[in-house]
Amino acid sequence: MTTATALLYGLGGALLAGMALYRLVTAADWLRRIVAVNVLAVGVASILIATAYRGPAAPADPVPHAFVLTGIVVLVSTSAVALALIRLLHARDENHHDSR
Amino acid sequence: MNAAWLAFDALLLAGILGVAWAAMAPGDAFRAIVMFMVMGLLVALAWVRLRAPDVALAEAAVGSGVTGALFLRTWHALPREAGRASEATAARPAAPRRLRLAAFGLAATLTGLLVAALASLDGTAPGLGDAVAARLAQSGVSNPVTAVLLNFRAYDTLLEVVVLLAAVVVVWSLDARPAPRPVPARGPIFLGFARLALPVTVLAAGYLLWLGAFAPGGAFQAGALLAAVGIVLLLGGLYRPGSGDRRRARLAFGLGLAGFAGAGALTLGLEGAMLRYPPAAAKTWILAIEAVLTLSIAATLAGLFLGERSAPARTGGERP
Repeated sequence: MTTATALLYGLGGALLAGMALYRLVTAADWLRRIVAVNVLAVGVASILIATAYRGPAAPADPVPHAFVLTGIVVLVSTSAVALALIRLLHARDENHHDSR
Repeated sequence: MNAAWLAFDALLLAGILGVAWAAMAPGDAFRAIVMFMVMGLLVALAWVRLRAPDVALAEAAVGSGVTGALFLRTWHALPREAGRASEATAARPAAPRRLRLAAFGLAATLTGLLVAALASLDGTAPGLGDAVAARLAQSGVSNPVTAVLLNFRAYDTLLEVVVLLAAVVVVWSLDARPAPRPVPARGPIFLGFARLALPVTVLAAGYLLWLGAFAPGGAFQAGALLAAVGIVLLLGGLYRPGSGDRRRARLAFGLGLAGFAGAGALTLGLEGAMLRYPPAAAKTWILAIEAVLTLSIAATLAGLFLGERSAPARTGGERP
């Protein structure tokens, strides 16, 4: 870690990942857990981007940036499928409730 | 000057951590979603500070905007009491004390290990920045992130498009049931805003696509903007889907992968290696692939948001 800026945001990413992991395990509702997965990914991405930083004068390493860009798109795909599953589960519960 | 920037960074980071916790803490689900979207925007700001403007744009547009819209749509589709009170959407009752302690231990260990790993970096590792810079002139574009995404590591991006296509296929398969509640009508303010903002957004998306070759921007950022245009058009009823639109939408979902894979096959024939572009025309190849990707990504992201059932809502009859 060369600069204080990168170190600061790297530590922030580590804290975000830790917080998100805790809530991912303990959250009671499904929506909140998918929010936690998203925050976890943002934490990991923050660490990657912090390590790519080379100071205010030099250009940053573009390869971790490309990784994170790919990660963002994979994450939105994952979230969309998980949310569709939640809608399906709720619809199931309602149908089950109606038939009783 | 440096101290002022450091204070700004510390303040921004405190804001990110606070808003992230608010997004995940128990309580109102709607508030949590809004907090999550705010966190995405603050994180984008932090990444601009770390000289990652391409990623910051994608985080603001896709990570915060599109994902937030997906969350809100699910919140709207859930039964009222489930969306309001968090415990009603419970997969199981609130976690017992022992589980919470174990989770805290796990999370603290992860954070501790990450901090130790960060502290052990001494900043002497060169990374791949120099390797990219050395070959940037041959890549056809001058934005190093676009060069990595569409040239040096184009295969990764091809597979990323596969993931996106798989997601929309799954979502459209799962959502094949009638809407539980109709979407509320939009007022004149929404429609007025839409008429002003939509043409500008389409222009901005085209500009971002073109810009991606030599400045922050690119297919994914432009696609997310276009997807937002599509969502606003359909939600506002400014465009009524006809009976053929579902087929057209499916074609658009597959277009990106078909175009990219087709380019891969063509380059295999022309240059002897998949996605190795002819050196003189590399920029043309990259921009052509990105243009097709932008349209397909826009359709896919909008399709992920709207689901299959929103298409036949006005024409009816096709599905039970």
